[in-house]
Amino acid sequence: MKRRDALGALTVLGALPALAALGGCASTPAVGTGDLGLVIQRARGAVSIVDTTQRRALGEVAGLGDLSHAAAVFGRDGLHAYVFGRDGGLTQVNLVERRIVARVMQAGNSIGGAISADGTLVAAQNYTPGGVKVFDARTLALVADLPAASRVVGLVDLPGRRFAYSLFDRDAICIADLSDPGRPQVTTLEGIGRQPYDGLVTPDGRHYIAGLFGEDGLALVDTWAERPQARRILAGYGRGEAPLPVYKMPHLRGWAVAGRHAYLPAIGRHEVLVVDTASWEEVGRIAVAGQPVFVIARPDGRQVWVNFAVPDYNRVQVIDTPSRQVVQTLSPGKAVLHMEFTPRGEAVWISARDDNRVRVVDTQRFATLADLPVDAPSGIFFTSRAHRTGF
Amino acid sequence: MHAWAGWVLMALVSSAWAQPEPARQHQLVRMVRQDCGSCHGMRLTGGLGPALTREALAGKPTEGLAATIFYGRPGTPMPPWRALLTEDEAAWIAQRLAHGFPQEETR
Repeated sequence: MKRRDALGALTVLGALPALAALGGCASTPAVGTGDLGLVIQRARGAVSIVDTTQRRALGEVAGLGDLSHAAAVFGRDGLHAYVFGRDGGLTQVNLVERRIVARVMQAGNSIGGAISADGTLVAAQNYTPGGVKVFDARTLALVADLPAASRVVGLVDLPGRRFAYSLFDRDAICIADLSDPGRPQVTTLEGIGRQPYDGLVTPDGRHYIAGLFGEDGLALVDTWAERPQARRILAGYGRGEAPLPVYKMPHLRGWAVAGRHAYLPAIGRHEVLVVDTASWEEVGRIAVAGQPVFVIARPDGRQVWVNFAVPDYNRVQVIDTPSRQVVQTLSPGKAVLHMEFTPRGEAVWISARDDNRVRVVDTQRFATLADLPVDAPSGIFFTSRAHRTGF
Repeated sequence: MHAWAGWVLMALVSSAWAQPEPARQHQLVRMVRQDCGSCHGMRLTGGLGPALTREALAGKPTEGLAATIFYGRPGTPMPPWRALLTEDEAAWIAQRLAHGFPQEETR
């Protein structure tokens, strides 16, 4: 009990960085967090805290468990990160004080999470036991448990304390409304297509898209509809050709919506599909260097950056959106796992797991701006995500 | 040590396939932990793919495991790895999984 009280007190202090700084040491200046981010050290169960202006690591926080498929979201104060570990650990990290504020083991096997638009609810998507658990963002106390009898993928935040997610084993999409967290309302859309493997929400929070592993196509839900329904888009994009092996599942989170077009990874094809978000018709496809994993738009939408599954993961390609051409192929290191843009996209940070390095690249000239030594880096997450839907 | 001795014994009994060279073994261990790990977990405790720990694989014939690695499992996300592995390497990985997969050597 005492420990819990102490944790609670620390949390309150942590929410007021200026006060915390004053209380700790009168000479410590107040620190903003807009420059900060974290890099997952997947093998060590630690995160590096980085500064995107100084382009260096400020320190690290360890003790986060199995981070081999870790993801993070940020409270909208930009001070706290919530890190979701493979082993079901959910850890709240204070980025300025570089310490763990709270940590719960919430499942046996987990792959990520989301934070509600108002910043009050953190939701984790779990494989074992399959379902979604929702926590109070301040205390990590369990608020709602939404079992699903399926592995859950593609969890995103929707406007209004709602979340959407997909059920890999049940070919379904769920919309959970937690406006009254004690009485969650879950709407399940069945038969949305075979084996949804991940999902994304458009920047306006309106459309939810689930990628399908079991068939050529994606499922689209207009969440503004009075009775949301799933419909198939890009059905049959493989044109009946035998699919190539998919050595790693693409990730749809971290959307690639640039202007009016969405850029989506094909499954089993070395292509990026281009969709008009007004008609949801395919308007083009772009041949790329391998099975795309992340297809991410620079924040201004002028470029889309793509990385690849093994064995093509030593390269990154850049698509120029006006011409829809690959304009650059980079070799930023061995085993590129993730890319993250600075808030306005003048630079991109790229993790090269097997080079134990994060490379910072100028997105205009493609010059290397910095190399940071980081042990087996994977996901990179900057605090600017706090203010974007779907991140 | 004990597991290693058992492994040598088994290799002697069923050496229908050639063992990879030590440098390649090192690569394969890394590949399983890191790349197979994207679905099965770096600790092989499972994810989108099933757990591949010794306990989880108890009673499953290694020939079947090797075939799954090499040919994949249609209808599931498990791809065929034959473009990246030889059949002997798939058999070696299956054997090592069945006996508790080695950790990567730390640098």
